[in-house]
Amino acid sequence: MINEALVLSSLLFVLGTFGVLVRRNAIIMFLCIELQLNAVNLAFIAFSRLMGIDGQVFVFFVMTVAAAEAAVGLAIFISVFRHYETVNVDNFKLLRW
Amino acid sequence: MHTALVEGGQATVDTAAQFEPFFPGLIILLPLIGFLINGALALKHARVSAAAVRLGGELDLGEGDHRPETHTLPSYVGPGVMLAAFLIASVNFIRMLSVELHEPHVIEYWTWIATGTFTVDAAIQLDQLSILMTMIVTGVGFLIHVFSVGYMSDDGGYPRYFSYLNLFIFFMLVLVMGASYPLMFVGWEGVGLCSYLLIGFWFSDREKSDAGKKAFIVNRIGDFGFLIAMFLLFGMFGTLDFVPLFSEADNLEYGGSLVTAVTLFLFLGAAGKSAQIPLYVWLPDAMAGPTPVSALIHAATMVTAGVYLVVRSSVLYALSPIASATVAGVGVFTALFAATIALKQNDIKKVLAYSTVSQLGYMFLGVGVGAYATGIFHLITHAFFKALLFLGAGAVIHSMHRSLHRTNDHQDPQDMRNMGGLKAFMPITWGTMWVATFAIAGIWPFAGFFSKDEIIWQTAAFGGAARAPYPALYQVYWVIALGTAILTAFYMTRMMVMTFHGSNRTGVEEAKHLYEAPPVMWLPLMALAVLSVVGGWINVPEALRETFIGLGPLTSEWLHHWLEPVTEQAHHIQEFNLGEVAEQAPFGGGEVTWAVISTVLALATVLTSFHLVSRKNVRAAAEDPELSGFSKVLYHKWYVDEVYDRLIVQPLIRTSRFCWRVIDARVIDGIVNGVGWAARGVGFIVSMFQTGTVNTYALVLTIGALIILGVSVF
Repeated sequence: MINEALVLSSLLFVLGTFGVLVRRNAIIMFLCIELQLNAVNLAFIAFSRLMGIDGQVFVFFVMTVAAAEAAVGLAIFISVFRHYETVNVDNFKLLRW
Repeated sequence: MHTALVEGGQATVDTAAQFEPFFPGLIILLPLIGFLINGALALKHARVSAAAVRLGGELDLGEGDHRPETHTLPSYVGPGVMLAAFLIASVNFIRMLSVELHEPHVIEYWTWIATGTFTVDAAIQLDQLSILMTMIVTGVGFLIHVFSVGYMSDDGGYPRYFSYLNLFIFFMLVLVMGASYPLMFVGWEGVGLCSYLLIGFWFSDREKSDAGKKAFIVNRIGDFGFLIAMFLLFGMFGTLDFVPLFSEADNLEYGGSLVTAVTLFLFLGAAGKSAQIPLYVWLPDAMAGPTPVSALIHAATMVTAGVYLVVRSSVLYALSPIASATVAGVGVFTALFAATIALKQNDIKKVLAYSTVSQLGYMFLGVGVGAYATGIFHLITHAFFKALLFLGAGAVIHSMHRSLHRTNDHQDPQDMRNMGGLKAFMPITWGTMWVATFAIAGIWPFAGFFSKDEIIWQTAAFGGAARAPYPALYQVYWVIALGTAILTAFYMTRMMVMTFHGSNRTGVEEAKHLYEAPPVMWLPLMALAVLSVVGGWINVPEALRETFIGLGPLTSEWLHHWLEPVTEQAHHIQEFNLGEVAEQAPFGGGEVTWAVISTVLALATVLTSFHLVSRKNVRAAAEDPELSGFSKVLYHKWYVDEVYDRLIVQPLIRTSRFCWRVIDARVIDGIVNGVGWAARGVGFIVSMFQTGTVNTYALVLTIGALIILGVSVF
């Protein structure tokens, strides 16, 4: 049972990572990060069956932080979109040498 | 005689006749007060004259009653404080005469340095040696201050001059009265500073300010030796105060390497200050200063500080035969060397400068053969007759300068070839300077005869001691010292003849403006002339006393006995290790025989050279042809300055330039700039990684995480 859950979790995580690396749309990248977080959450839940309640408690923390992050991130995207009328990250290259 | 004195001394100590000093601190303080007053006046004068120049004019110093107070007050303050200091020193001297003082009287004022186990007190030491030096410094100093009132009266820097002169006396008194080596060093450096200031007194002349720098820098080499010696002494004894240091020095091993090192380093300091080979080159150049300065600093007082240092440290020198032989050797060779140069100089002050170097050499010969009191004796007589010679030369130059100035003649007022026949115009200067010439030439009964002859005699006696370290060496010294005495008589007579005798070479118009110096200048000359005659009578040797040349039983070895408490420790060491000194010169003959021989030689030399030089047709400087052969070598001072320039100065300049242009500008600056360039280059390359693309960052982050994961798993 645990093996299947962990395999699913890793698949989801790799999928999320791949999405972050290849996609250029900020919203999509953002969703991929959420996918990574939830993959980790899944792993936590799976482990909590074996090792006690700590994993589930940790998942709550992750969800809280993810919610806060979503609020801040989306706010940034909105203001970026207002300025550039796009959220393609290739356009945002001002902070370099 | 000796034992009777010591026993008598102990008896008086028992009856509680204690030495009571009379305001000794005031002796030092008075010149300092004079310096402050004159210094304030100098600053005021500088402000007033600067204001006058700003308004487009020049300050008129006026004559007589119209002189501003900045130019009248120093005439009273400068010599006044000196007279007061001299009188106080005399009172102390008289009080010391009436008691038997065996231990130095040390007066502590406050603690100057206190670190760990090392303490130095601001303390003065009153003993037979320091009170004698104090009397010379203040007494001769006073006369020279009085002379300066006349000599410098027309100079714009009048108050500044007197403030420097007073400051010099202050430091000189610190030097001779200080109760420890560090305090002596303070005075030592202070007189060096004042010497620098006064040599470069007319600082707008590049050559003169350079001469000041030369004196200062050459002296630094000697000061280095003095410092090293102090460090060594502290390492050996843990104290630098004279009294405990010398009482502990008795326990040292005779001829030990450490005491030899200390004394040789001390002598390096003495050679710098007292212008001995190889550090004598600054003294002739120091003649760029006003002539009374040459008399005070570069003849009578400061340059004898090295001799004082050796006598003060006599216990240490007596313990080291090598150092003593070095001192005597350097002294006698300097005496000969400088005397040969003096033979061919045409500048009146240069002759006297080399003569001073030569006479200082005699003093070192004296102290080098363990005749410490004799060295001090020659120091005293030399202070009288050489100050007189310099002041006389000052009077001549003063008169020449005025005459040339009034006739708009641009000849050199110091060149003896331009003088001649001045006897008719300046009879007092002429007479007093002849007295000094007889004194320095060593003719009985003038002062120099007794002191110089005793040095020569002591050299012979020391070399003949039972266990003398290098007897043959001292015989050579003795012969050189005798020969130099003849040279001395010759060059002094030459100077006198060229200046005062023969036909006048100043020119007809110029001769009308030649006058005798004013009384304020010739009165000190008279006083010094009297001292140059009687000064030698304070120490007529025992052997001469009963003979016709000893001036009868009136006099005795007074100075010798007077300085006994200071020198007896050294004499005991010497007698214990070397045995009794000889009674005979190397070629036979006792003290009296050789005294007669040397005075007859000196007199004969003066007479023959008088005739020889008089008969020579001296031409004025402008018409005088170039010298050739050996005379040229002597005239150019054996090319020592050129050799030093080639061997030391130029390589030093080249090394400095190399350090500046290559080491500093290329290597050090290159490293600093290179670090900067490297940082910029690395930054440029590394900044390429910052693409601004979020995905790249994410990729790098992921790869990094994978690497860490991989490392931690495997």
